[in-house]
Amino acid sequence: MDNLEFLFAAFALAWAGVFAYMLFMARKQGQLKRDIDLLEQSLKKGE
Amino acid sequence: MLLISAYKWIKKHILIIASALLMLVHLYMVFIFVPTDANQGIIQRIFYIHVPLAWIGFFAFFVTLIGGVMFLWKRDFKWDRLASASAEIGLIFISLMLLNGCIWAKPMWGVWWVWTARLTLSLVLWFIYAAYFIIRAYISEDGQRARFAAVVGIIGFLNVPLVFLAVQLWETQHQGYLIFEGGMVPEMTWTLMAGIVAYTVLYVLLLKDRLVLKNLENKLNQMKNFITGG
Repeated sequence: MDNLEFLFAAFALAWAGVFAYMLFMARKQGQLKRDIDLLEQSLKKGE
Repeated sequence: MLLISAYKWIKKHILIIASALLMLVHLYMVFIFVPTDANQGIIQRIFYIHVPLAWIGFFAFFVTLIGGVMFLWKRDFKWDRLASASAEIGLIFISLMLLNGCIWAKPMWGVWWVWTARLTLSLVLWFIYAAYFIIRAYISEDGQRARFAAVVGIIGFLNVPLVFLAVQLWETQHQGYLIFEGGMVPEMTWTLMAGIVAYTVLYVLLLKDRLVLKNLENKLNQMKNFITGG
C-alpha cells in the first residue's frame, strides 16, 4: 500500500492552513497599523 | 552585551522558537521515528496530525466556553475577546481536521466522506462555530453580540463530548480509542503525544497573537468613537 500522495496532501493542507491564518494575522496587523497612522494624522490636523 | 541581547531576543520569541522546534521534532518522529502501521501502511501517519488538529479544535472551543461563562458572569469584554479569538482558531483547526480526515478516508474507505456518527457530529460542530461567527457579524451592539455569542459558545461545546464519545455510543467504522485500548506500540504513543504538545504550543502562540490584535482593534475603535463622539 503506497498512498504517498494522500499523505503529502494531508500534511501540506494542514500546514497551508496554519500559514494562511498566520498571513491573515500579519495582514490584519498591517491594516491596524495603517488605521492608527491615519488616526494620528487626523488628530494632528485637528490640533 | 551580545549575550544579554541574545537572551532578550530568545525571551521575546520563546513561543515561536519552542513551536518551531517542537514541530520539527514532531515531523522527525512522524516520518522517521515511528514504525509503519502493519494494516494501513504509510497512510496511517496522517493519524499523528489528524488527532492533534482535533485536540486543538476541542481545546480551543473549551477556552471559548470558559470565556463565554466568564463574560456572562463578569460582563468584562476581555473575556469576550478571549472567547472569540479561541473560537476562530478552533474553527480553523476543526476545518483542517475535517479536510485532513477526508484525505485519509479516500484511500482507507474508498470514499471521501461517510455519514458515520463521529463525522456527522464533527460537521455539526463546524456549523455551530460557523454560526457563532455569523451571529457576531450580524449583531452590531457590543453587549448583545457578546451575550449571544457566549450562549452559542457554551451550548455549542456540549457537542464536543458527543464527538469524542460517538464511536462508543453508536456503531461506526471510525477508529476507536486506540491509545486507551492499547492498540499502539510505545513509539506511536510518543509520536502522538509529541504532536499534541507541539500543536498545543502552536495554539498558545496563535491565541496570544490574535488576542494582541483583538485588543488593538478594541483600542482603535474606542479612540475612533471618542473622536467622532460616538
